[in-house]
Amino acid sequence: MMGGVRILLAFVALAAGLAVAPYVFSSGVALTMMSLMGVMIIFALSYNMLLGQTGLLSFGHAVYYGLAGFCAVHAMNLIAANKLPVPLPAVPLIGAAAGLFFGLIFGAVSTRRAGTVFAMISLGLGELVAAFALVLHSFFGGEEGIAANRAKLAPFLGYKFGPQIQVYYLIAFWCLVCIILMYAITRTPFGRMCNAVRDNPERAEFIGYSTQRVRFQAFVLSAVFAGVAGSLAAINFELMNSQAVGAATSGQVLLMTFVGGIGHFVGPIIGAVLVTFLQISLSDITKAWMLYFGLLFILVVMYAPGGIAGWLALHRPLLRGGRIFKLVPIYALTAVPLAALVLGCILFIELAHHMLVEAQSEGPTLSVFKIAMNGAKIGPWLSALVLFIGGALGLRALLPRVGDAWALAIADSSGKAAA
Amino acid sequence: MKKFAVTVAVAMGLTCGTAAAQETAKLAYIDPLSGGGASIGEVGLKHYQWLADQINAQGGLLGKKLEILPLDNKTNPQEAVVQAQKAIDAGARYITQGNGSSVASALSDFVTKYNERNPGKEVLYFNYAAVDDALTNEKCSFWHFRWDASSSIKMAAMTNYLKGQPSVKKVYLINQDYSFGQGVRKLAVEMLKAKRPDIEIVGDELHPLLKITDFSPYVAKIKASGADSVITGNWGQDMALLLKAAADAGLQANWYTYYAGGAGGPTAIKQTGLADKVHDIVEGDPNTAIEAAQAKEAEFRKKYNIGIWYPRAVNEIRMFAQAVKEANSLDPKAVALKLEGMTADVFDGGKGTMRKDDHQFFQDMYLRSFGPLKAGQTFDEEGTGWGWTVKGKIASADTTVPTTCKMDRP
Amino acid sequence: MLELITFSTLNGVLYGMLLFMMASGLTLIFSMMGVLNFAHASFYMIGAYFGFEISRRIGFWPGFLVAPVLVGVIGGLIERYGLRRVHRFGHVAELLFTFGLAFVIEELVNMIWGKLPVDYRVPPSLDFVAFRLFDTTYPAYRIFMLATAVAMFVFLLVILKRTRVGLIIQAALTHPNMVAMLGHNVPQVFMMVFGVGAGLAGLAGVIAGPALVTQPSMAALLGPILFVVIVVGGLGSLGGAFVASLLIGLVQTFAVAINVSLADAIGSSAASLFGELGRTPLAQIAPVLPYLLLVLVLIFRPRGLFGTRET
Repeated sequence: MMGGVRILLAFVALAAGLAVAPYVFSSGVALTMMSLMGVMIIFALSYNMLLGQTGLLSFGHAVYYGLAGFCAVHAMNLIAANKLPVPLPAVPLIGAAAGLFFGLIFGAVSTRRAGTVFAMISLGLGELVAAFALVLHSFFGGEEGIAANRAKLAPFLGYKFGPQIQVYYLIAFWCLVCIILMYAITRTPFGRMCNAVRDNPERAEFIGYSTQRVRFQAFVLSAVFAGVAGSLAAINFELMNSQAVGAATSGQVLLMTFVGGIGHFVGPIIGAVLVTFLQISLSDITKAWMLYFGLLFILVVMYAPGGIAGWLALHRPLLRGGRIFKLVPIYALTAVPLAALVLGCILFIELAHHMLVEAQSEGPTLSVFKIAMNGAKIGPWLSALVLFIGGALGLRALLPRVGDAWALAIADSSGKAAA
Repeated sequence: MKKFAVTVAVAMGLTCGTAAAQETAKLAYIDPLSGGGASIGEVGLKHYQWLADQINAQGGLLGKKLEILPLDNKTNPQEAVVQAQKAIDAGARYITQGNGSSVASALSDFVTKYNERNPGKEVLYFNYAAVDDALTNEKCSFWHFRWDASSSIKMAAMTNYLKGQPSVKKVYLINQDYSFGQGVRKLAVEMLKAKRPDIEIVGDELHPLLKITDFSPYVAKIKASGADSVITGNWGQDMALLLKAAADAGLQANWYTYYAGGAGGPTAIKQTGLADKVHDIVEGDPNTAIEAAQAKEAEFRKKYNIGIWYPRAVNEIRMFAQAVKEANSLDPKAVALKLEGMTADVFDGGKGTMRKDDHQFFQDMYLRSFGPLKAGQTFDEEGTGWGWTVKGKIASADTTVPTTCKMDRP
Repeated sequence: MLELITFSTLNGVLYGMLLFMMASGLTLIFSMMGVLNFAHASFYMIGAYFGFEISRRIGFWPGFLVAPVLVGVIGGLIERYGLRRVHRFGHVAELLFTFGLAFVIEELVNMIWGKLPVDYRVPPSLDFVAFRLFDTTYPAYRIFMLATAVAMFVFLLVILKRTRVGLIIQAALTHPNMVAMLGHNVPQVFMMVFGVGAGLAGLAGVIAGPALVTQPSMAALLGPILFVVIVVGGLGSLGGAFVASLLIGLVQTFAVAINVSLADAIGSSAASLFGELGRTPLAQIAPVLPYLLLVLVLIFRPRGLFGTRET
């Protein structure tokens, strides 16, 4: 009961946060970015229905996102041309229908098996659709894609959805609806069955469920939500092109979901927000942003396979038990070598990037964090090395102590709970 | 957690935006600066930074410094729209972009819609390299200006040259299977038919874009067809690999291309050893340019170790400065009205006009071939020791193509 | 027509052999460790760049010998210090690790050698015309590539079928626990196989670099095709990988050479059911064919042509 109330409160807080956000961050970029985050949250959550909840690793999830986006763009153009009385906020329903349609078709052939076979079929289907996207011009519009004008649709309650702020609220509304729906699905017997199929397919079969059918249903549902996300992207950009169905988009949603954490419902939300932000902003700060992206991904896989949400969840019992403050000193202490390590890495990458790529035309001076330095001299390299080695050694010494402190705090808080 | 992340996100976004105040005139350069397209995008950026330095050395635009705002569109139209929004937030009223017609059409569309929805805050889009005909025809916009020759202008120039080459009898067309490649193929068929009905088109091939690792089967087909010339719009690796396969098979045809001179192209041609067989069509050539242009070329090469790939970028910035001066304003609408129909000196010599009907720039075009440097030539490409030789100059009047553009003027 | 067929066959076989040089390592790694290595094509790329760098400084032949070894060592190190650590988190984590690795390797190559293709040349000693058929020439370098690939195939076959190491590897393919219980160091065998697999991909890169273009996107271009090869051939089956490599090499080459669309084959009225697809010539959709094959094989015969087990 308590849990129910808390979840309700969480959704109310989320709704309030979504409503207030544009007043806090009102710049055009912030609005665009938040709109995109909303789209990506739905997309990543839909992906996690497969990967996290049903254990299906897909390399072609963008197919449903992109195809639904194209259907939405065509629908918008049709509606505008024929003056049909369909308002813009209903367009995501068309996207959902498109997701359903393609999910049914492709799901029927790809979910007959799990594991690697499924992953490979998804990869093959993704490549197939992406390749055909450049051949079938009437639907995909070739390389240029298909554009639409969202303001040409019938007004809804007087809103024409020209300005970005109105689109933001439209996306926020759908985002909230989808989050609630997808959360509700995890709580149903079907949602539990998905987990069973992921963890132990044999047992799931023994108790009378067809694992194939469960996979198929999960797949179709996930395609429906991906369809909503795709159509919202179409509304946001007023443009869809073949890259939306491509491997890069599929890889991006995998990255978001995994970095956020596949084991928790909020994981993909965190991942979508973080990765979207990094994608838009990082390229202004450093030209080597793709490298940082790849490294971030590898580090998460190697050291935090539960993602950010998994790491945060480790602290939940401590928060409940009121013992979280016990970790503050050791975390503060660990932060020092960690920061040194990260700084050393960044310095090294920036120096290397500058000297290899830009020094020829720009000269050897560069600035990292607004500190000017000369990459042709040994000094900056040495300091990067010192930071890196110092940080690594410090971290190696401290990490066991972090683990101990955490275990101690856990024992303490559970002891308190027992008392 | 989520809200916190948004806070951090947008707070950083905001500081980036507001730190740059209004004291400069900003031109946002939205092209790929990471990923596969970056090799080209970075070269373009150097052009603009160099050009801005020149403008600023002469006192800037109405006393304000011209600042280039580099933004990475990752060769993705949707990303380009986000970056354009970012540019506008940072106070840029002018955008320039060139690589990829898909991005160009997205930006033109975005700018048009943005101006419609935000009157008084108009933004102008300068296109320096996206050649899709649609941009100055059915998709034309008052807010879009193009300095590069459109695909049909290039083909008109190329076929005008071929008109005077009786040795060309059998032509093979091979193009990338996407809107640009299909356009080139269609134009080639139409214009050859009109100008040289005796030429036989012995093959017409579309191959998938940037997916082929070995072109030998295609070359075998070209060879089997007995073609003496090949026309292609291929670029990047599709150009390099095609030429490599041709050299391997000993194909001795003449190549008439749009982009053999693109990044890595000269290196690839030199590797194949196809001397004076590979042609391209451009708006300027360093070895035949006027003296002033050659001096600038030498200066640019000294600084960046690459040639001026985009003489049109020079035209763009010079005409932009001229229009600002004439309008005595940095307001995009006033500048746009001055740019329409403007006639100006072209970087490599001669005059050019920005046609008012569709905002397409017309100037003399040059058909060149690539081979070992001849006597009197000073500029080679990519350190290969080979350079371009102009084979034919096509006067701007001979490149004029009709337009179907009916633009909405404000 | 005859020359078209001859050269298409030669090119198809050559492309197939090149695919096999990479697919063989990939399929061995998969069947032993259960890892679908997304970064396998990246080793091919590193091989090409190492070959280029060495040939620029010393000469082609030292590069031909040294570069694959270097790539193999890098592969072994990645297995030892990266993959092995991730192993305990399960196969998905391993797969994602290689996925990220491919990304990072591409960025590093971008940074070190730039984004433009590098000038990796055919060595002068092999830069001549091997033979001439009708009017078309065939370069000697391609013959050399073919010979290298065949030699490597024979070498691999001998190692696997005739040596003790080969026996252990074969045993570890199907019964890793049993092999470990017999006292063999299975992780070390893994590392070795991974290293050798990477080295073979590197060798493919060294010899393919001058013939094709050596550039940062070369890995991403070939990577997905490799998966098609090993899945179609049957995961873990070397013979299957061999047949599938040749099949895909030939299919791709011949599809390009044939100008037939669906409309030509079944009549334009029947093909109009398929809309634009019906009018598209086969040559245009040639690169799609492997993926179509992949999907069809997985649907109708999930263990592949020669596979013995489903995974």
